[in-house]
Amino acid sequence: MAANDGTGGERAKLFEVTNAELSVDEVVGRLADPAVGAVSAFVGVVRGVTDGREVSYLEYEAYPEMAEQTLRQIGDEIRERWKTIREVAIVHRLGRLEIGERSVVIALSAAHRQETFGAVRYAIDRLKEIVPIWKKEVWAEGGAQWRSEE
Amino acid sequence: MKVTVKFFAALREAVGKPQTEQELPPGATVQDLMKLLTQEHPALSRHVSHINVAVNRKYVDLQTTLQQGDEVACLPPVGGG
Repeated sequence: MAANDGTGGERAKLFEVTNAELSVDEVVGRLADPAVGAVSAFVGVVRGVTDGREVSYLEYEAYPEMAEQTLRQIGDEIRERWKTIREVAIVHRLGRLEIGERSVVIALSAAHRQETFGAVRYAIDRLKEIVPIWKKEVWAEGGAQWRSEE
Repeated sequence: MKVTVKFFAALREAVGKPQTEQELPPGATVQDLMKLLTQEHPALSRHVSHINVAVNRKYVDLQTTLQQGDEVACLPPVGGG
């Protein structure tokens, strides 16, 4: 994968919603760049129990165009707050996800590790706050509910 | 004038469709649109105080004036991750 040379050529998308399975290696690979010495990543995984209730699966829905736009906005905010962060990639999966599957992969690169950890936390907190993505929990005992952070 | 209205997640289920076209008087605001939508789809009323609105993919407030052809999205509280 080419480095960010600003030509926008064959470079993989850094901010994406997709129905495809997520690979942490593949998302980290989108940040490939000889100037990078550290990558920190966050991986969201579908949990089988919420508030003591057994979850059968999750159904994710997005406003895809706006979701990708707000993911890019989070990347911009991070590079504004932490000047040492070189690149950000955030890929969120949509559709039906089974327990244990990856729902989101966030990866940040920098020359050195120091500021990557705080920036990863900011990225996932901000995602849950502003990105138009919703999840519906479908319960093993029957019934379902849309969940938000509220 | 006419705008496109999109509904997502719980709102899509409440309205029973993902999208509709809405005719509005010139100068109408997001608030005016929400009032009309709630009249037309009473199931929206229990959600309305929690809805965020985006116009052409940017969050806006209720006082925003709408334009012909705007894409207005009704967004329930988000919860990705």
